[in-house]
Parts: sequence; C-alpha cells; structure tokens
Amino acid sequence: MGIADFVRDLFNPDLAFLPKALLMAVMASVVCGVIGCHVVLRGMAFIGDAVAHAVFPGVAVAFVLQGSLVIGGAVAGVITAVLVAVFSQNRRVKEDAVIGVFFVAAFALGIVIISRAPGYAGSLQQFLFGSITGIPDRDLVTVAVTGVVLLSLTFLLHRQFVAVSLDREMARATGLAVFALDLVLYVLVTLAVVISLQTIGNILVLALLITPAATARLLTDRLGVMMLLAPLIGATGAVVGLYVSWTWDWPVGGTIVLVLTAMFLVAWTAAPRHGLLARRRVATPDVHPRAPALAEGAE
Amino acid sequence: MTVVSVRDLEVDLGGRRVLEGVNLDVDRGEFVALVGPNGAGKSTLLRSILGVLQPTCGRVSVLDRPPRKARASLGYVPQRHEFAWDFPIDVDHAVLSGRTGLLGVRRRPGVDDWRAVTGALERVGLVDLRRRPVGELSGGQRQRVLVARALAVEPDLLLLDEPYTGLDLPTQELLAGLFAQLAADGHAVVMATHDLLGALTGCSRLVLLDREVVADGAPVELTDPAPWCRTFAVGPAHPLLALIGASPLVSVPERVASVNGGS
Repeated sequence: MGIADFVRDLFNPDLAFLPKALLMAVMASVVCGVIGCHVVLRGMAFIGDAVAHAVFPGVAVAFVLQGSLVIGGAVAGVITAVLVAVFSQNRRVKEDAVIGVFFVAAFALGIVIISRAPGYAGSLQQFLFGSITGIPDRDLVTVAVTGVVLLSLTFLLHRQFVAVSLDREMARATGLAVFALDLVLYVLVTLAVVISLQTIGNILVLALLITPAATARLLTDRLGVMMLLAPLIGATGAVVGLYVSWTWDWPVGGTIVLVLTAMFLVAWTAAPRHGLLARRRVATPDVHPRAPALAEGAE
Repeated sequence: MTVVSVRDLEVDLGGRRVLEGVNLDVDRGEFVALVGPNGAGKSTLLRSILGVLQPTCGRVSVLDRPPRKARASLGYVPQRHEFAWDFPIDVDHAVLSGRTGLLGVRRRPGVDDWRAVTGALERVGLVDLRRRPVGELSGGQRQRVLVARALAVEPDLLLLDEPYTGLDLPTQELLAGLFAQLAADGHAVVMATHDLLGALTGCSRLVLLDREVVADGAPVELTDPAPWCRTFAVGPAHPLLALIGASPLVSVPERVASVNGGS
C-alpha cells in the first residue's frame, strides 16, 4: 500500500479512528519530545521509566470504574512521583532504589486491579502495547488541553529547570526552590507519559520520552535547537510509524518505537559533529602521518 | 568594611559536630584562604555562609543580613565537578544561569542581565569564547566560567571551593591573579583550598581550620609551627613547616614576605 492509500484511508469516514490515532500519536510525541529533553539531560531516564509504569494502577482503576484513563493515570503517576521525591530526600537510600521499590509496586497493584475487571486479557494487552482503535473524542480533547498546559509550564520554568540541571547546589544557593522544581518536573513527565499511553502502550512509552531527545542531543550542542528537534523527530516517528503499522498490519506502539530507534541509530552514525562518521573524519589526520612509522616498526 | 561576619558558629551534620565556636570576619579587599585537612569543615563553613546549611548555634551575616536575605551579594564558585559540563549550553548562557534566582519565574533576562554577563566574562577573560559549548572548554576555562557565573550577580562576596584542584601551575597562577585582582577591586574573597603554597603566596590572610579556627592571620604572622602541626596532624620535622618558614632550618621564603609587604 502506497502513501496515497494511507492518506485516502485517513479521510475515509469508516476509518474515523485512524486520523484520531494519528493526531493522538503526534500530540503525544511532541509533548514527550520537549519534556524528554530535560529527562535526558538530567540523566533521569530511569525516573521516566518508573513513572511510565507507575501510572498503570490509576489507568486500571479508571478502566474498572469506566472513568477517564488520562485522569486515572495522572493521579496514580503523580502520587508515585511525589512518593519518590519525598522518600529520596533520605540520603541513606538512593533515589534509584526508591524508584525501584515504588514503580514495580505500582505496576503490581495495577495488574492485580485489572485482573478483577471483566474482559481482562484484551484490555491488559491494550494498556501494555497500545492500540489505535477505541480512542474517544473526549480523550482527544483532554490530551490536547493537557499538552498545551504541559508545554506552557515547561517553557515558563525553562530557565529554572536548566539552572537545577546544571548545578543543584548553586541553584539552591541562589534561592531556587529545587525540591519544588523537581516535583514539578516529575509531574510534567508523568502527565506526558499518561497522554501518550493510548496509542503506544505502557511498556513502550518510555521510548517516546527518551529516544527523540537523545537523537536530538546527538545532532546539536544547543539546547534551544535540541528542544525543537526532539518534538520534530518524535512527530516524524509517530507519522511514519503509524503509516508502516497500518500498511503492514504491525502493532502500532512497537512500530513507532522501531522507527524512532532507526532514527537514533542514523543520528549516532551520521551526526555532523559527534556521529561515528564525523569522529572518524576528525581522527584520520592524526592517524596518517604515524601509520608508515608504525608499519616499519612492525616489520 | 566587613562583608561577612561569623559569630560562634556551630554546625552539626548527621549527628556529628563539624564546626565549633567559629568566629570570622572578612572585609572588602581581603583574599582569605581557608586551609585544613579533609573533614576540617572548610566546605561546611562556606555552605553556612552561603545559607544552604542551617547552623545549630551561632550566627552568620553578610552585609548585616542573614545569608538568605543577601543572595544578590553572594557569589559562589563550587567545585568543578558539581557542574554538568555535558549539558548543551554555551558559555554565555551558563554564566547567565547564575542570575536565574535573581530573575524569578516571570522576568525574562534583559539588557542589565546581559550587561552583567558581559562584564563577568570580561573579568575572567572569556569574552572570545562566549559562544563556545561548555563541554569543549579546558579545565582552567571551565573554572573561569564558574567564576564568571558567580560574578554575574555582581556580588560583594566571592566564595571559592577548591578552585585550583586538578589544574596545572600556569592555570593556577592565572586564577590566583584574577582572585587577587577581584579582592583589590573591593570584593571580599574567601577560598577553601588544599594548595598551601598557593594560599601562602597568593592570599592576604590564612585561616587554619580544624573544626574550629586554629590560627588566623597574614602568612608572615603564621610562622609558629604549633598551629600548623595541630591542624594537619604532622610532626615538628615535616617538610610542610619548611614551606611556611616555621622550620628552624629555613628562613621565611622571600616570596611570602614580598607578597604581604605589597598588600
């Protein structure tokens, strides 16, 4: 199936779920791309992973109670994020250990809750791996509004987040509320994860947060550029991923992640300054004058 | 004029007494070295002056205000490894980040802020590298970025935590000249350091710290070996004592005398 067919299907009223899925995936990847920059630069990918799993019990409760999955997931994710932030103030147990405790516990709770619900196997799979069907219009609006709020907050607090990422002690000394800023960032990550769950699924959502930002980091040394590139890369991955998934009937979440991973690998190889090929080129002049001498020495 | 005043400071960290009965006044124009072994409380003293540590007892004031109210007067230069050098940011914005706390959430950086950044970069001699990503700088340049970031708030007091660590001698000399110049221009400069030679030759005053102030004075006044032996737990034959001119075999190094004669 060609791209023309995909575009035709997008406008086919019988396939109304398809443009909704596309819109959902693009919105999610844009928000995740921007917030993911802070996650990647601060080296808190593991926190992202934790939050992604932590939203599961909330989504499960919302599913059982027929409520909004977005709100349910957000509540559970925020509670877990706050618990992690509070418990990791105790220096005896490091943050990653606290996260390890809470996110698996949350995920376990989610599995227990959802196993009590009718039609359990199908819904479990949908949560874990994502789905392009069955997105209610209501969710589309929720995601759009949440996304705008998240991006606005990220831009508003941009300089504060950067100052904390650069140097926590200095940030504290200059009067920034470091703990509160950490908390806000965790909550932003949580909400970004929650609005992305629908199409890409709980297990793979981390890729939407990390991979585009990491790819963008390889391509630039400027934060501003990185924060433009990451959502662009994420959105491209979402569109191409959905197209491939629709064309060959591959699972949508997995396909989007694989497309993003392919882009990361291309950037890692061919990035203008820090890519594998660029480093080879830079290294070459150093190698050449020495090579004959080394060869002589070997003989 | 006194910039920092520390009175009967006592600090406990994790149930352990780290500082006890510390008194210290630093005036404008002074370049003070805090020296002492690891765990002597040098960083703790700096962090107390900075207002990020709450003292158990005693009082710290900066220009007659508690440190938390005097943030615009405080410039802090942490140890180099505290800064995320792999962050994609150029020198300009790294220096500007020192003003984040002053700006608050709603105010955007304006003309005054950029003027302060340029001024700070001129002081440390990094104007030419202002567009360079911080990850591409050498150790000495990185240290100067941190100094510029501290100067970006146009402080009265500069607190330096081991600025010479891991730097070669020419770079140390360059920085020492910069710090002395900043003091001469009316800043109060306090530096925690393990570099005793640098402290003796470059600073106007030394404070020997080992949980409490063991000795406090200009390098030429500190030729009595007893406080040095006590602070660093060394015997009377240790080469350190030759360095300070306290050994009976060696006279006061001329350089030490000349530095203090000049100040």
